[in-house]
Amino acid sequence: MIVSNTIVKVGIAQMDVVKAPNTIRTSGLGSCVGVVIYDETKQIAGLIHVMLPDSSLGKVDATNVAKFADTGIKALLDLLKAEGVQTFKLKAKIAGGAQMFQFTSDKSSMRIGPRNVEAVKNELNKYKIPLISEDTGGNSGRTIEFNPATSKLNIRTVNRGVSEI
Amino acid sequence: MNFNQKITSLHLDVLKEIGNIGAAHAATALSDLLSKKIDMQVPKVEMVTFDHMMELAGGSETVVVGVFLRIEGDIEGSMFFILPIEQANRFIRRLIHDDAFDFYKAPVSELALSAMQEMGNILSGSYLSALSDFTKLKIYPTVPGLSVDMFGAIISTGLIELSQVSDHVIVINTSIFEEDIAVSEAVHGHFFLLPDPDSFATIFKVLGVS
Repeated sequence: MIVSNTIVKVGIAQMDVVKAPNTIRTSGLGSCVGVVIYDETKQIAGLIHVMLPDSSLGKVDATNVAKFADTGIKALLDLLKAEGVQTFKLKAKIAGGAQMFQFTSDKSSMRIGPRNVEAVKNELNKYKIPLISEDTGGNSGRTIEFNPATSKLNIRTVNRGVSEI
Repeated sequence: MNFNQKITSLHLDVLKEIGNIGAAHAATALSDLLSKKIDMQVPKVEMVTFDHMMELAGGSETVVVGVFLRIEGDIEGSMFFILPIEQANRFIRRLIHDDAFDFYKAPVSELALSAMQEMGNILSGSYLSALSDFTKLKIYPTVPGLSVDMFGAIISTGLIELSQVSDHVIVINTSIFEEDIAVSEAVHGHFFLLPDPDSFATIFKVLGVS
């Protein structure tokens, strides 16, 4: 059998699921948070690129669920369950939630990075999914790629090089 | 407000004119600053998905120099002045008289960062004051922030307000380039004006197309 590894790309406010040997990646995370939820033994991983903490911020109905931490993580879990994974086996890694610009403005949207991280952690808690590692905060953009075969999350930044969590 | 359904081509033309007037003043200011001829393209006004927005300056992972400020007053929104690294290098070398300067070489000097921020300040100031004169709206820019990073990470800061009401963004996009340097569109500098959703009604009203 010929195995070709493809990289599944996830855009902003989108999500997808991938199986080994393929990997999954999202680029240009600023205040957004990339959440990887994976099953180590089945080597399946889902990735969502969350923009906003809470769907109650959405002022219009019927928006894209993947945009928000609360509705997005729920939808991602549904996708994973459809692949036959069991929720209690799932683990998570997250990255992002930076503050790209320093402002004195008290507008809450300027602090969206930390709020996104907090909201994601609350949701993971709610579903009792252990957060194995994270690379959050700071003021650097991140591109992340997860390999379900190794459960490693590769994080690339412009100013701080490459790391793996 | 669900602005997706209410925007007509006339509205887009009005927004294009805003981009035209604003960017023309900014390009003039840049030309004065650098003593160099600067050209601009006819602005593009597009309603795009967030994902598509990332492609407007070469992809979300492309490293750019970004100056960002918020607009406050009668209308609100986000404004970005985005330069490819090469172009930013040329501008800053000229401004601070240092031919060896390079944004790729960390640490970037305070002087260069300050010059870049001031350039962003002057250009966005002239863009917005032209816009204010044209519309008679009160427009106050915040002090600009500067970041050298991935385009996606920078531009998504300006999508936060919008993303709460829509999955699309109306972007007023004007590219600027140096006349004496032939480059492809992907390496142009850009002004991006992203009005907040509630501000469109105000803009259209004062310009008589509501």
